[in-house]
Amino acid sequence: MTRVRVLIRPKAGILDPAGQAVERALPVLGFEAARNVHVGRLVELDVEDPSRVAEMCERLLANPLIEDYEIVDPAAATGA
Amino acid sequence: MSRHRELGLTDREYELIVELLGREPNGVELAVFSLMWSEHCGYKHSRKLLRTLPTEGRAVVMGPGENAGAVAVGDGSQVCAFKVESHNHPSAVEPFQGAATGVGGILRDVFAIGARPIAVLDSLRFGEIAGSARSRYLLEHAVAGIGHYGNSIGVATVGGEIYFEPAYEQNCLVNAMALGMISRDKLIRSAAAGVGNVLVLFGARTGRDGIGGASVLASAELGEADADKRPTVQIGDPFAENKLMHCSLELLDRGLLVALQDLGAAGITSSASEMASKGEVGLDIDVRKVPLREAGMAAFEIMISESQERMLCVVEPSKVDDVLAVCARWELDGTAIGEVTDSRRLRVFDDGELVGDLPVTALVDECPVYDLDPAPPAEPLYPAGERLLGERTGAAETLLALLASANIASRRWAFEQYDCLVGSRTTRRPEQADAAVLLIEPKGGAEGARAAIAVSIDGNGRRVACDPYRGAVEAVLECAANLACVGAAPLGLTNCLNFGNPEKPHIAWQLTEAVRGLGDACRALDVPVVGGNVSLYNEGAEGPIYPTPVVGIVGELPDAAVTATSGFARDGDAIALVAAEGWAPSLTGSELAKLRGAAPAGELPQADIGQVGALHARVRDAVRTGAIRTAHDVAEGGVAVALAEMCLLGDHGAQVDLLRHDEAALFGEGPGAFLLAGDEAALRDFGTVIGTVGGDLLAISDLLAIPVEDLRDAHEQGLPSLLA
Amino acid sequence: MRYGVVRFPGTCDDTDALLAAEQLGEAALLWHTDHDLRGIDAIIVPGGFSYGDYLRVGAIARFSPIMQEVERFAARGGLVLGICNGFQILCEAGLLPGALLPNVSLRFVCRQVELEVQRSQAKWLRGARPGDRLSVPAKHTTGRYWAPDPVLDELEAAGQVVLRYAAGHNLNGSARDIAGVCNHAGNVVGLMPHPEHAVDVLTGSTDGLKVLAAA
Repeated sequence: MTRVRVLIRPKAGILDPAGQAVERALPVLGFEAARNVHVGRLVELDVEDPSRVAEMCERLLANPLIEDYEIVDPAAATGA
Repeated sequence: MSRHRELGLTDREYELIVELLGREPNGVELAVFSLMWSEHCGYKHSRKLLRTLPTEGRAVVMGPGENAGAVAVGDGSQVCAFKVESHNHPSAVEPFQGAATGVGGILRDVFAIGARPIAVLDSLRFGEIAGSARSRYLLEHAVAGIGHYGNSIGVATVGGEIYFEPAYEQNCLVNAMALGMISRDKLIRSAAAGVGNVLVLFGARTGRDGIGGASVLASAELGEADADKRPTVQIGDPFAENKLMHCSLELLDRGLLVALQDLGAAGITSSASEMASKGEVGLDIDVRKVPLREAGMAAFEIMISESQERMLCVVEPSKVDDVLAVCARWELDGTAIGEVTDSRRLRVFDDGELVGDLPVTALVDECPVYDLDPAPPAEPLYPAGERLLGERTGAAETLLALLASANIASRRWAFEQYDCLVGSRTTRRPEQADAAVLLIEPKGGAEGARAAIAVSIDGNGRRVACDPYRGAVEAVLECAANLACVGAAPLGLTNCLNFGNPEKPHIAWQLTEAVRGLGDACRALDVPVVGGNVSLYNEGAEGPIYPTPVVGIVGELPDAAVTATSGFARDGDAIALVAAEGWAPSLTGSELAKLRGAAPAGELPQADIGQVGALHARVRDAVRTGAIRTAHDVAEGGVAVALAEMCLLGDHGAQVDLLRHDEAALFGEGPGAFLLAGDEAALRDFGTVIGTVGGDLLAISDLLAIPVEDLRDAHEQGLPSLLA
Repeated sequence: MRYGVVRFPGTCDDTDALLAAEQLGEAALLWHTDHDLRGIDAIIVPGGFSYGDYLRVGAIARFSPIMQEVERFAARGGLVLGICNGFQILCEAGLLPGALLPNVSLRFVCRQVELEVQRSQAKWLRGARPGDRLSVPAKHTTGRYWAPDPVLDELEAAGQVVLRYAAGHNLNGSARDIAGVCNHAGNVVGLMPHPEHAVDVLTGSTDGLKVLAAA
C-alpha cells in the first residue's frame, strides 16, 4: 500500500474569499504581507495502485470545472 | 496525590464509595464513580434547591427527571417536548465544537423521548467584545458552531439571546434549548425493563472524545492550564446526528424499543446507570462489543467516552435483528452490547472478563447531596464597568447610543447564520415578533384556525447580580411577557442555572435566592418547571460570573394568523402604553446605567407578580382578538428603546407623548409594561393611548425626533461595527 | 402532477418539498438507493446537507443509485428541479452547467430575497411570467453560481438563465446575479433559493408555488 496525498485548490481566476480572508488576516497578526494566498483541501489515502489516483481526482476528489489538483509524488512524500 | 482527588472526588466521597461497595473500587469503578458523582451528573449542590420548584400543571405530560420535559398542546393529542442545557466549559475551551455539541446534545435529549425536533434556541453570554479579542473569537465561533450543527441536521434555529458583560470574560455561557413534537401515545421513557432484554448501542463509533469531560471541565474552575484540556473536547458530526435522529424516530415509530436514552455527559456510564436506576434493574455491559474508532481503548475509556451521536436502547430479543436492520439502513453502527438483569448492579465486562461491579443505587440514588451554606456577600462582587456614555447626554443621543450598544443592537449578524425555516413551521422569524411562533401542523394551504406554539428564551445576569431574588423573578416575567406579546399562554418552563462556585457562601446565597425567585414567579404565573439543567463553578481567577438563571417557556396560541409583530404594522394605528399596577421603572441595573459605568448594584423595583401576570393575560387576550397588531414588552433600554425598536422593525414612524420626561421614564427598566399598537377603540379600553403610528420619524413629546432611518442604522450597525 | 422528492442521508428540506408539492398534486419520497422512480411526472432534488457536504457539496450524492435514474429521466425529457443542495448535485452530475462556490461572505446566510423571472426555456415556473418579481427565502453557505464567461454568454443567449437576484439581493456573489439556470431543453432547472419555503402565507410568501408549477 502506498500513501498518496492529493492537494486540491481553487482554479486560478476564480474568486477565493477564503484565501483572501487569510491574506488579510496575516498582516493584522504582525506577519509580513503574504501574497497569492489560496485555501484548498488535502485528501490522503492508502492505495494499492497509485496510478489510479488521477482518475479518482477527475471523477470524485476534485471538480475539474472549478478546481485544480496536484498528486504529491509518493516517493518525495516518504522522503520528508 | 491520590487518584480519587485527581478525578475530582473528595476524601469523604471516597470513603462513602468504599462503604457502599464494601471494598476499595478498582480503576474502572473509580472512573465511573468520579463521573456519576461529579457536579455535572450528580447535581450535588443543587438537587435540594431544585426540589423546591413547582413541577405540576394541567398541561404537564412529562416533568423533571426524564430526558426532556413535555406539555400537551392543542387538543391534547399532541405533545411538545423541550429542555435547555448548558455547554459552558467546553465552549470556553473550543467554542465552535463546544456550541455545536451543545446543540447536538440537547437535540438528542428531545428525540430520546420520541419527539421530532422542530426548533432550537440559544442563550449566549460573553465578555465585552469591544475590548476583548478573545470574546470576539468566542462569539464568532460559538455562533458559527450553532449554525453549523443546527443547519446541517435540519432543525430550525428560531430564537435566542446574546449578552455581553465583563463578568463573562473568563467564563462564557452557551445554553441551548430544543423543542420537539410527538403524539401523546408515542412518548417513550428511558427506564430499562424486562430481564433478559438486550441493550443495543447505535450511532457513531466510540473514540476518546471528552474523556473526563463531565468531571474535568464542568466541575472545576477554569485556570491557565485550559489549553491542555483541549483534547478532551468532543467533536460533533451533525450529519451523523441527522441519520441518528431519523433512525431513532423510525425505531420508535415501528414499536421496536422498550426504552431509549441518549449518550451525553459521561457517555455509556451515565446513560446505562440512569436507565438501570429508573427501571430498578441491573445491566451487564461488555465494552469489547462497542464499535471503536480508536485502537487500544481501555475498558474505563470506553465506559466514559463522550463520543457524540450515540444512543442506547433496550430491545426485546426477538426484535434485535429488526433494530439492527433499521440502523444499517441509516448507515449507522448498531450493536448489542449487553443485557438487562435483575441484579440491580451495573456490571462491566471486557471481552467476558468482569472488570467492574457496581450497585446502581450507589451510582445514582446515593450520590451525595449537599446542603448549601448561603450568606450574602460581605462586599461587592463585581466591579464597575467601563463608562461609555457621559452623565448629561440629551435624550436623542442617549437613545441612539443605547440602540447601538452591544446588548441592544440588532442580532441580525448572528441569526442570519441560522436556518430559521426548515420544517415549514416558522410563522414568526427572529426580529419579527417578541417570541418565535411555530405551527403545530405545517401543512400550507390548510383551512381554518392554525394552532401554534410560541417559545422564547430569556436570561438575566446583571440584574440578578443586583438582587438575585428580584432579578430571577424578572427573568421569568420577561420570558412570559414575550409570549403574551404573540398571544400565547405559557404551558411550561425549562431553566438553566448558571452560577459560580456553590461551595462559596456568597454564591450559595445567589443560587438559593435565585431559585426562590424562580419558584415564586412560576407559582404566581402558574407555569410549572418541566426540566432543566445546572451549570456551576463558572468562575476563574477574576471572580465569578453574574448569577445567571436562563429560562425558556413554551406556550400555545389558537391561531397563528391572529398574532402581533414587534414592529409597527400600519400607519394610523393607535399606540398605548399599558402597565401593571405598581410598575416603577428605574435606572438601577439598567443598560443606561451600565453605559454610564455603574456597577451592578442597587435596589431593583419590587414587582407585584400577581398584577404582572394579570396584565400578561389581558395583553394575550387582546392580541387574540386581532385588534392589536403590534405588541412589544418594555425591557432593556425602557420605553424609548422599545418605541424605537417598534419603528425600525416595522419601518413606520410614530408620534407619542409621554407624561414624564425624566430619564427613568424614558430609559428605566422593570417588569410589567407593554407598548401596544392597533385599533384605537380596542386600545382605549386597555390603557393610555399615547400616540399614533405614521410618518418617518420617531417623535417623543418635545424630547426627541429622530428619523427611523437613523434609528435603523444605529441598531443594525451596532454589532457589526463592534466586530470589525 | 405526481412529484417525486429525493432523499439522501443528510437531506433536510425533503419534507418541506413534499408538503409544497402536495399543494399542486401528489408527492412521494424517493430514497437514494431506489432504482424505481415509481411513475412520477416530475422530480425535485431538495435542499440540505447530503452526505454532510463532505468533500464538496453534492459531490457524493450525485453518484447514488437514484441519481442514475434521475439522469436517465432527464435525458428522456423528464422534469427535474434542483433546489439549493439539489442544484449543487445537478451541477456535479453535469445535468446543469456551472458550479456553486462558497458565498463571498464565507458564511451561511438565511434571508428573504427578491428574484426576477427571466425569459427562458425553463419548463418549470409555469405560475410566473418573465419580469415577475418573486419573494423567496435563500439559506446556504455555498450558493455563489459560477461558470466561465464564455459559458455564461452562451447560457444567456440560449435562454438558460431562469432567475436572477433583484438589485441589492445577490446575497452570495453569484456571477451576473444568476439565481437559477436550466439545461438546453429546459426540463432540468436548478436554483439556490427555496421555493418550497414560500408556499404558505403564514410562513412567508406564496410565490414559491409559481416556481413549482411545471408543464
